[in-house]
Amino acid sequence: MKLVQYLYGIADNALILGQRLGELCGHGPNLETDIAMTNISLDLLGQTRSYYQYAAQILGGDATEDTIAFLRSEREYKNVLLVEQPNTDFAYSIGRQFLFDVYHLLLLQELQLSQDETLSAIAKKCIKEVQYHTRFSSDWIKRLGDGTPESKERMQNAINDLWTFTDELFHQTEADQAMVSEGIGVDVTKLKDNYYQKINEILIESTLAIPEMKYFQKGGKHGIHTEHMGYLLADMQYMQRTFPNMTW
Amino acid sequence: MKNWPLWEVFVRSKNGLEHRHCGSLHASDATMALENARDVYTRRMEGVSIWVVPSSAITASNPDNNGEFFEPAKDKAYRHPTFYELPEELKHM
Repeated sequence: MKLVQYLYGIADNALILGQRLGELCGHGPNLETDIAMTNISLDLLGQTRSYYQYAAQILGGDATEDTIAFLRSEREYKNVLLVEQPNTDFAYSIGRQFLFDVYHLLLLQELQLSQDETLSAIAKKCIKEVQYHTRFSSDWIKRLGDGTPESKERMQNAINDLWTFTDELFHQTEADQAMVSEGIGVDVTKLKDNYYQKINEILIESTLAIPEMKYFQKGGKHGIHTEHMGYLLADMQYMQRTFPNMTW
Repeated sequence: MKNWPLWEVFVRSKNGLEHRHCGSLHASDATMALENARDVYTRRMEGVSIWVVPSSAITASNPDNNGEFFEPAKDKAYRHPTFYELPEELKHM
């Protein structure tokens, strides 16, 4: 069951970020960006399905991708705090995306080498999507950071506020450690230097300041979430909770 | 954002075919136009290559001149290469 927990640790990030981006559907700053963000959302939900289908297969019984997505309680979601942060404004949505995408790409590059064939195959399928996500969010960081005084200020505020959630990406859970020792999981602690180097390069190119921070927020990986998570889940789980077993 | 220029998007659906105009979109610069085109016009596997061109770079004929521009060609059927038989293998003519 360590593998299932490990899968949640990866897939819940994609699900929750996908849900956050989905909230923007019909509310993007313009048609083109609206479609772009929703495309990313759908990519992430598609990735989530691959992981959850695999998890459901391991769990057996009545478990399906849907029960895993919709019928767990808040504490059972193992996503990092970063991805559940709200769409405060467009700069926050882009900042959150960028800070996650760079990590996501590094993770998938390593996950391709997993001894677990299914995980390796999923990673290979997802990586092209995530390469594009990274390009999209990095370009927007540059555009807003090196844009007008207002876009720069907003982008900087978003990066400053979200920075506190970046360190958690590199924390290892028990499930992580178990999977790393079996050659299945990725040792995320080893991604950290590369991550901040890539992030900093883009921030410098965007004429944004790199935040200096000593204390970071953590907890999501252990199911301890920020106050935003409950609202997100209430929204996301509403249909299944109100009409149990409903189908389209 | 209201001031973003308009871009015309051309997508090539397969190798060997030509780029075809498929629509237009707004973007602040060429990079964004290309990414927007990818998201708006190729999300259902419509393409293998994209061109974007600022709409302002296109010089269009004036519909008021349609008479002198296009009507003289109407009664000149001999300009159509319809008297050749094309081999079956030849596609996309």
